[in-house]
Amino acid sequence: MSKKISVSKAIGEAIHEEMERDENVIVLGEDMGKMGNVFGITVGFQEEFGAHRVWDTPISESGFCGMAVGAAMRGMRPVVELMYNDFITVAADPILNQAAKMRYMTGGQASVPMVLRCPMGAGRRNAGQHSQSLEAIFCHTPGLKVIAPSSAEDAKGLLKSAIRDNDPVISMEHKLLYAKKEQIPEGEYTIPLGKAAVKREGTDLTIITWSRQVNFSLEAAEELAKEGIQVEVLDLRTLVPLDWDAIVESVSKTHNVLIVSEEVKRGSYAGEISAQIAEELFDELDAPVARACGLNIVSPFSPTLEDENFPHTADIVKAVKKVLNK
Amino acid sequence: MISVSEKKYSKEMLLGMYEMMLKIKGFESKAAECFTKGMMHGNIHLCLGQEAVPTGACYALEPDDYMASTHRGHGHCIAKGGDLNLMMAELFGKKTGYCKGKGGSMHIADIDGLCSLGANGIVGAGIPIATGSAFASKIWGDKHVTLCFFGDSASNQGTFHESINMAAAWKLPVVFLCENNRYGVSTEIHGVTNTDTIAVRAKAYDIPGKTVDGNDPVTVYEAVKEAVDYARAGNGPSIVECTTFRHQGHYCGDPAVYRPASYMEEAHEKEAIPNFRNKLIKENVATEEELVAIEAAVDEAIEAAYKFATESEYPDPSEATTDVYSSDNERSVVR
Repeated sequence: MSKKISVSKAIGEAIHEEMERDENVIVLGEDMGKMGNVFGITVGFQEEFGAHRVWDTPISESGFCGMAVGAAMRGMRPVVELMYNDFITVAADPILNQAAKMRYMTGGQASVPMVLRCPMGAGRRNAGQHSQSLEAIFCHTPGLKVIAPSSAEDAKGLLKSAIRDNDPVISMEHKLLYAKKEQIPEGEYTIPLGKAAVKREGTDLTIITWSRQVNFSLEAAEELAKEGIQVEVLDLRTLVPLDWDAIVESVSKTHNVLIVSEEVKRGSYAGEISAQIAEELFDELDAPVARACGLNIVSPFSPTLEDENFPHTADIVKAVKKVLNK
Repeated sequence: MISVSEKKYSKEMLLGMYEMMLKIKGFESKAAECFTKGMMHGNIHLCLGQEAVPTGACYALEPDDYMASTHRGHGHCIAKGGDLNLMMAELFGKKTGYCKGKGGSMHIADIDGLCSLGANGIVGAGIPIATGSAFASKIWGDKHVTLCFFGDSASNQGTFHESINMAAAWKLPVVFLCENNRYGVSTEIHGVTNTDTIAVRAKAYDIPGKTVDGNDPVTVYEAVKEAVDYARAGNGPSIVECTTFRHQGHYCGDPAVYRPASYMEEAHEKEAIPNFRNKLIKENVATEEELVAIEAAVDEAIEAAYKFATESEYPDPSEATTDVYSSDNERSVVR
């Protein structure tokens, strides 16, 4: 049995089910309570679970993220939202220096079982400080796990696993996926962290991607199929831990790789994956690993400018053909 | 300094405070000696001169109350009941240390045992962590209070404002304890802050705030006890500012040339341990012999900690990649 719901609703269901399952799961962040979140993810939660479990915080990202670390060290499972992932700049210390490092620095004593939900991504014409894809910052930081789902089904299953995980998990949620309605299974299910999914099988080239770019990649694969090019789309779903086995399996089959993300290309996680493939799967490759990413620019406002700054279906088609020399 | 001869406090408690201050001074002195000899690595920040603050403050706590410490945190840990052997071993980077040698001086923690949420290498970062601990207590209704140590300079971090604002708004059971030694590395607090005291800022949050003499453990105890009781009763946070002196520079080896000579003159005049000792004798709380016996026992404990630490092994290099993650550690570390 399945049902059709939006990605934001699926995320809300994950939090709701986990709050019912474990009373230590609490929600905090800006406008999460009375308003039920700017994207409507927690509408009605405060009435249902009470103000002691769903907190409207002041605009104090560093303070409330740090507070979540302390509460998590005591055994709470805070699900915290940074309204935009761009705001990590004002909460960098509690997440990158505290949450991520606490277990190691204390010799394995401390657990910080918190989830930081980070709405991210381009395409909403929100300009330079509300449109970035900053997964590389989180993936770079040892101690953090990072999920970046592309579908309603994955978003729900992964977030449930993230909430139950004893490590801090960053949930990268593309804002332009929230309203997308998709079929998901009825009832309880989880998807393990660190498990990629082949979203389309193919033999000629592997697109490695995540989040909203999975959809553009699937569209590109569809177009390319009309020309007889069979593209495999590997949706990483989790960025840390990386499902290397899935990458090896797919690359060993197709021998060509394009990595697609919305990140600033320079210093991107796409670059990291590219390096790992070059280092370890060189003999499998028929061509150099290619990347289709954002530009090395500040996220622009005007539509004609912003559209230059993240890959679209046509860009991916073009990039695939370039790798295959077609 | 308040009189101890009013018999308001038991001899056991007063001698316990004396012993605790000696332990802190002894531990720090030994650490300084070892560091200066090149036996320790990295950096250590000593709390010599500040012994009365953690001593008095932790006496006001129940064993299952929580505590968040700072980079200058050895005294906090000792006062909370820390094991000198495990602490010294951690300073030496040995596998027998509190953090298996992975944290060192700035990260000593014992979360389950001592309810110590740990020292912290980032100035002001412990403030929201302590507030979060109190937040958990508030939600659970568990009646534990969290004591948050921070220095005068941490009061100028944004986390100070953000955390105290939330703690006040939600009446969280936390005591914000400022150890005001007047210096952030080389910068004197009044050169960068417009108020005479840190505690006066409590007015901005509409919470209690007071400044007390941090050179007397009983004075500190009384102020912190009042704040702890207030928090435990559900009234919310307070700021307790304890004026104190940092005898050494910022780090061990810092000659502190930036301070006027009058700073150390005043520090010695007000130094907690000799003054408290004199009072114990003068007011007939203890005999000279009793105090000498305590001093000898502390010296012995410090030497034992030194022996334990130096005789312990370093962690195996293979331990470098453990404890990053609770699950899927190997895969998450390799890539």
